[in-house]
Parts: sequence; structure tokens; C-alpha cells
Amino acid sequence: MGISVEHLTHIYNPGLPYCKTALDDVSFEIKDGEFVGIIGHTGSGKSTLLQHLNGLLKPSSGRIVVGDCDITDPKTVMRDIRRRIGLVFQYPEYQLFEETVAKDVAYGPLNLGRSEAEAEAAARRAIALVGLDYDTIAERSPFDLSGGQKRRVAIAGVAAMEPEVLILDEPTAGLDPRTHDEMLEVIRKLHCEKGNITILVSHNMDDIAKYCDKVLVMERGKLIMQGTPSEIFSERETLEAIGLALPPINDLIVRLRESGAEIAGDIFDIEEAEEAIYEYLKGKKRV
Amino acid sequence: MIVKTEDLVFAYQTDDEKTVTALNGVSLEIEKGSFTAVLGRNGSGKSTLAKNINALLLPSSGVVYVNGYDTKNEEFLWEIRKSAGMVFQNPDNQLVSATVEDDVAFGPENIGVPQEEIRERVTEALQLVGMQEYEKSTLSFLSGGQKQRIAIAGVVAMRPDCIVMDEPTAMLDPQGRKAVMRIARRLNDEGITVILITHFMEEAACAGRVIVMDDGKILLDGTPAEVFEHTDEIKHAGLALPPVVDLIGRLRKRGVEVPATIISGEDFLKWVSA
Repeated sequence: MGISVEHLTHIYNPGLPYCKTALDDVSFEIKDGEFVGIIGHTGSGKSTLLQHLNGLLKPSSGRIVVGDCDITDPKTVMRDIRRRIGLVFQYPEYQLFEETVAKDVAYGPLNLGRSEAEAEAAARRAIALVGLDYDTIAERSPFDLSGGQKRRVAIAGVAAMEPEVLILDEPTAGLDPRTHDEMLEVIRKLHCEKGNITILVSHNMDDIAKYCDKVLVMERGKLIMQGTPSEIFSERETLEAIGLALPPINDLIVRLRESGAEIAGDIFDIEEAEEAIYEYLKGKKRV
Repeated sequence: MIVKTEDLVFAYQTDDEKTVTALNGVSLEIEKGSFTAVLGRNGSGKSTLAKNINALLLPSSGVVYVNGYDTKNEEFLWEIRKSAGMVFQNPDNQLVSATVEDDVAFGPENIGVPQEEIRERVTEALQLVGMQEYEKSTLSFLSGGQKQRIAIAGVVAMRPDCIVMDEPTAMLDPQGRKAVMRIARRLNDEGITVILITHFMEEAACAGRVIVMDDGKILLDGTPAEVFEHTDEIKHAGLALPPVVDLIGRLRKRGVEVPATIISGEDFLKWVSA
């Protein structure tokens, strides 16, 4: 099942003084099983795009087809959209509300009309997928958990609806480095386990380079580039002009090359960078 | 000495009556006019330390002195708050007015600064954070990064000796983050003591001193270059070195003689090209 976004345009407050074109003729395709990154600085239209993918906003023109379902068609029932597409908002732990973790995670599937038993089974699977132990955590209050645990529970709440597309808006914002890495492993695991589409919105270019098959670059409501991480990050000037940067290691390699060092290849990974720079310095008799 | 803590312990009870010791014997001194970064993972005690410096929390045992005042002495509460201003993670929790100028004026008004001087202070504070053209703007139309700059201006307008910033960039995008870090350095250049609480090692690199907290205790304390050498302790404390520093460390281990003073990509580039 793929996603097709066709000529999507969204204008906030049309006709009013604060009228703003937040999305301007955006078109792209996502194939089944792809892990897609969306980058762009604040105000570039990323969040507006996500809210369309989740059916929270309807476009001024254009459409979004998920599988065989046009989710922008006013006749499409919200529940059908939610079943297909799960959106994890920024700081999703602020949306935890139930007395226990088990109830919080089962809330989504129950809302989609699943039976109590089905919802509990889905909650069990989702909690295991985010790396928590159901039996020890199920009856605890979500508010007594640590920040990292809360966020995992919040992601499990969306995963429990077993959506075909999982969208995450800055899922690591505010986390410390170790919890950040753990959270991305959780997301990667969810993606591999389900083989579904994952869409990650992030300011962290390292994560985008490491996890994504395809990257979409937004600027002033337009989709200005799309391609593999290597293709996108080879456009340093374009990215810098719109306030984005290369992943730090890649940036260092590119600048070394510009200053005359003979280092070949697209390097994003720290081990590869270490090897390449070591070999270069050895060639220069500096080791 | 602007801040001094002696064997500071802060413990509290959770709902299920367990005692958590968030700070477990922290003794440190912070020089007037310095720029100190305090790092640590979530739950390491770094925010609890910040709140103890502002007398938002009081020690369970041990003492905290701010500008010589013992924070436990209520008589000095206003002196302490005037000496050490605080910037929080989420500017929305800190902004109180509808417009930029009212918000920045709120603090000085509260401590009884005369009207004329308030105007002066507001203008000066907004200039310092680069937001002077937004003086008449409505706060709700500003971005997160701009709001954080206004929150900082509000603290600056109180003319504190010291500003404690508790993860001021955690909710901001990379551009907002850079702007706030530039402002932090600028405040320090103006002579204000800056204490920056963060879990971004990149931000710690621009401080004069880095303190790494773990488990309610001080794990490492030194210049950025000194602290960054302790790769294993840093990883053990749940933190990560800036990627470029990590890379330079790996090269050193393999016998590349990169001088210890090189802790940024810029410096490394210069060294390689030399």
C-alpha cells in the first residue's frame, strides 16, 4: 500500500489579512515499506503537511490517496483514516490521560471499535514493541513513569491501532542522547516488524541520514527536493540557503575535501570517516 | 563567588512514598562572570540543582549561597531572585503578558523600578536578544525561538548578576537553538554569569567550564577539552560527545597526534590543512 499526494495546497484564512499559503502544490509518492524523512525549518509547512496526512486538515485543493482510499474526500469517514494512519505528535506524553498504562494504550483500538480482548492483545503487542514489559508496567499510572518511558507508552498508544502508516513528528525532542538513540531503535523496530510506511519529521540530520530511504525537503510550503539521503545531502548549498545543515560528520568530510584533502565517497558514518581520515593522514605521513 | 553549594542534598518523596535523592552531596563554586555548562541525562539532578540556585527548591541538607545569601533564609528571597534569574525550557510557561514590551517590563515593574528606567531596560534587553523590532508585537504571533528570546529579555531586564538557563534550547529548532546560544555568549560577554543546563554536548563546548552530573553527583568538572577526554564516563552517564569530537578522539586513539586543544570541526580543519 502506497501514498500518493497530488497537488496539495492549503491556504490558512483565505481572504483575510492573515491569509497564508502553508502548502503550495505539493506532490510526491511513497512506496510501501519506505522509511521517509521530512526536513525543513520551522514554518516550512511540515506540520501542515502531517495534519493533512492524518485527516486533521482538509486541503484547499489537491488530494491524498492512501492505498485505494482518498482521505481528502469529504465522504471518507475519519475512522477509516485513523485506522490507516497513526500520527505521533511532538511531546506525545502530554496526551497520556488514563489511570493505567494498559488502559491508555488500549484506548485507540477500543475507539476503532475493537473488542476489549482484541484491544488488550493489541496493547500487549504494542507495549512489547516499544521495548517495555507489559506485566510490570500495565497497571502503573502513566504519570509515574520516567520521561523516556512515558514517550514509549505514548508511541505504543498509536502503534496499538496498528496503522499502515506511522507518522512521527520530532519523536526525540527533549530527550537525552541515550534515550534519543533508544527511541530511534524502537521506531526502526516498529518499522521492520510491520514492514509499513514510516514518516519521520526531524531536525536531526544524522538520524535522517541513518534511518531514511527517502528524504523530502520542505521550504515555504513547497516541496523543493526529494531523493535518497546521499542525493539530498550532496546539495549542501541549497540546504544551507534554507537554514538546514549537513549531518555533522558528512559536513566535516565535505569541508576537508574542499580544503584539498583527497577523501573519496559519501561518508555519513563515524567509523567510515575515521578510516578515511586516518588513511589520508597516513598518506601525508602525519601518523 | 556568585554561587556556592556545600554538600547539597535534595531528597523528595514520591506518591508511593519512596524517597528519591535527586542531589546527593554536591559541592561547587561558581565564579562571578563565568560561563558554566551543567550536563546530565534526564534524572541526573541537573534541573534540581538549577532550582536550588534560584531558591525555587531548598536543600534537604547542606547549604546554597547566592551572592553570599543563604537560600534557606526567607528574608533574602528577593535578593536571591534578583541576583539569579531563571530561564525555563518552555517559554510559554514563563511569558505572562499579551505583548512583547509588557512582558519584558513585567519583572522590573514587580521589583519597583521607576517607569522611566523600565523603558530604558526594556529597550536594552530587547536589543541584547536581537528582538527590538518586535517591541510592539503580540506574543502569540512569535515562533518558539522568538518567544524564548523574549523570555530571556524578561530576565535580562531584571539586571541579574547571574542567569540560570534550564535546557533553554530543548524545544527549539536548530536556528532557534543557535540564536539562543549566541545570546548566552553575549550575556556572558556583558559580564553576566551564565549557568547553562543542557544535555547537548555541542552547547557545552562554548562554555568555559563543564560540569557533568550523574545520579545526583558531580561526575566530571573541568574545561570542555578536559571533560571531553573522558569518553567512557560521558557515555556511561548517558550522554554523547559531539560527533566531531568523538571522531577526533578516535583518531587520537589510533596514534594521530591531534593537539588536546582541538575540540571543534573548525579547529580540526585548520589543523589538517596546516
